Amino acid sequence: MIEIKNLHATVDGKEILKGIDLTINPGEVHAIMGPNGSGKSTLSYVLAGRDGYEITEGSVSFFGKDLLEMEPEERAAAGLFLAFQYPVEIPGVANTTFLKSALNAIRKQRGEPELDAMQFLKLVREKTKALNMTDEMLKRAVNVGFSGGEKKRNETLQMAVLQPKFAILDETDSGLDIDALKIVAEGVNALRSPERSMLVITHYQRLLDYIVPDHVHVLAFGKIQRSGGKELALELEKNGYAEFGVNEAA
Amino acid sequence: MASTTLTAPAPRGYDPAAAKPFLEQFDRVKDGLPGAGLSWLNELRSQGQARFAALGLPTVKNESWRYTNLRALDKLTFQPAAETGEAVRFDVLPTVRADGATGPRLVFVDGRFRAELSSTTGLPAGVELLNLADALTRKPDLVAEHLGRIAAPDDRTLVALNTAFLADGPVLHVPRGVTVDETIELVFVSVGSEAQPTAFHPRGLIVAEAESHAVIVEHHVGLGSCTTLSNGVTEVFVGEGASVHHYKVQREHAESFHLSHTAAKVAGKGVYDNFILTIGAKLSRNEVNSVLDGEEGDTHVSGAYMVRGGQHVDTTTFIDHAKPCCTSREVYKGVIDDQARAVFQGKIIVRPDAQKTDGYQQNRALLLSDTAEIDAKPELEIYADDVKCSHGATVGELDDDQLFYLRARGIDKAEARGLLIGAFLSEALEEIAEESVRDAFQSYVADWQNVR
Ligand SMILES: Nc1ncnc2c1ncn2[C@@H]1O[C@H](COP(=O)(O)OP(=O)(O)OP(=O)(O)O)[C@@H](O)[C@H]1O
Ligand SMILES: [Mg+2]
Repeated sequence: MIEIKNLHATVDGKEILKGIDLTINPGEVHAIMGPNGSGKSTLSYVLAGRDGYEITEGSVSFFGKDLLEMEPEERAAAGLFLAFQYPVEIPGVANTTFLKSALNAIRKQRGEPELDAMQFLKLVREKTKALNMTDEMLKRAVNVGFSGGEKKRNETLQMAVLQPKFAILDETDSGLDIDALKIVAEGVNALRSPERSMLVITHYQRLLDYIVPDHVHVLAFGKIQRSGGKELALELEKNGYAEFGVNEAA
Repeated sequence: MASTTLTAPAPRGYDPAAAKPFLEQFDRVKDGLPGAGLSWLNELRSQGQARFAALGLPTVKNESWRYTNLRALDKLTFQPAAETGEAVRFDVLPTVRADGATGPRLVFVDGRFRAELSSTTGLPAGVELLNLADALTRKPDLVAEHLGRIAAPDDRTLVALNTAFLADGPVLHVPRGVTVDETIELVFVSVGSEAQPTAFHPRGLIVAEAESHAVIVEHHVGLGSCTTLSNGVTEVFVGEGASVHHYKVQREHAESFHLSHTAAKVAGKGVYDNFILTIGAKLSRNEVNSVLDGEEGDTHVSGAYMVRGGQHVDTTTFIDHAKPCCTSREVYKGVIDDQARAVFQGKIIVRPDAQKTDGYQQNRALLLSDTAEIDAKPELEIYADDVKCSHGATVGELDDDQLFYLRARGIDKAEARGLLIGAFLSEALEEIAEESVRDAFQSYVADWQNVR
């Protein structure tokens, strides 16, 4: 599904990603853990197509296509979704308007018919309910005045509506209370299927109790330092990142 | 009549020579103007003529015209609008009403009233809605009592020019205690002539007696692409406890000049709301003056504009808190693309007497290109001590993080920009109290975006 090879990226001349190799097959869930500032969000932004990164080496192929050549909206239409670590507030644009524009834009790019207002409302109501969100949150401006946890739930709602083939969840668990964590995890698990893959970025092994990964990777200093099964997360929880040369006290 | 010898020293900030072509025309047309037999009107017109002769057009040395250069007008010789022989045909006239609905409407083409396109259906008994030329014969006292009282010809040179030529325009009189439920639409169509640039000077009069209510929407549109100059003046009298909601949308074509001066006087507990949406014209200037002339009056003077190409849009407002306990609110938002230029000059004066004044002014612009420009000059003059006044101005660009967030969800760049621009302007459009007007204006904003 996605094949990342020797990916190097710099920001303002500073190298952040220093040779990432990662292959994710259909149906797999991979988790990335790693210390603050190790490049996890940078990797997710580079994959989603944000401006400001220079790719100095390497390649990413997504369903056989050169992902790095595509515009962000083309990546979304091809099935890539990034749940932002810091969802962006957009005053003046209602959440429903945003969701509907997004869904129909993607359907249009895929050559599928757009949904009318009724069809859309039915779909979004159903997803909202499943995530324990209120209709009131749909009417509000995108993420404006949402609590930290509500923003993360809103990201999950977008994912549930857009039904991506490959989702990157960048710390979607941070800021969620215990009940919300379960609800969001259920939402994510509901999307799991043999055709869908996920890349879950988290600092806490607890999320991985709910969303059980097939593979866990440790990202430090811009590189994947170690990969293993789900037991690697437990080990990291116990020992931290000291063995990768990271000074925990710093 | 004042002498116009060229040796007289020119007052600073004016170019009297620019008055010449207009004055020659005035001598030719004055005897044929409506109401030419009324002595008070002749007197008023002569005052306008004399004042304009002495001043001419303002130059950029004039403090109030620093950012808007009218030199382009100098290069053209405008002729008064000719009587259009064959009636100009319209498939559709702009309206905020639902499809097929009718209501009170006056239509003016190149400043002249078009009775066959106008209607007074739906007006309550006692309400007068007619054109000025007719009003001078049918309601001379009403006109004599109000015309030139707020926008005096000695005031400003363009008001003086309008006063010299005043011939036609809308007149509305709402008697005491009457509420007009139907929105009154005033449609101004600029057509002009292939032969030469055409000027017209529409003159409006709105009189809302005590405890009356009216909603007015002005549409200014262009047909064809001939060069036109519309130099309009509207005076609005808001009686005690009366309310007037006065909306305007200007969508003239790219060869038109649109100059407009609206002056309102608000009595105690009266409400005057003004909102102007500017989309069209090569050069436009909207001056809005609102005097809060009685206690507990309230005025909202707001607007939105969207300009691109080489357009120039000037918004110059003046809120005069003359009496205590009044509130004023101004919210202007504009989007400027390409080499277009916007000017915002907002003055609020709080007179010594006007304690417990509450004034708010906000002016925000969004620059969509590196060559777009805005000049903003807020001015607060406060002579009372117990007042609450605030103003703010911001200039920004589209937010990259917001754009990326939208695009990451599949929305293409153009649509994402459109959503953000619409969101930016919606804050100003929300100042419009009437939903039907707001929706119509919202759709003009969307149309503007779709043109790209
Ligand atoms: N625009 C920028 N200019 C300079 N440095 C940047 C910029 N953006 C990111 N960085 C740096 O890149 C490094 C990686 O940041 P990134 O956000 O990818 O870390 P992360 O692994 O997601 O951390 P966290 O766990 O705290 O979310 C950090 O040292 C950060 O300061
Ligand atoms: Mg991060």
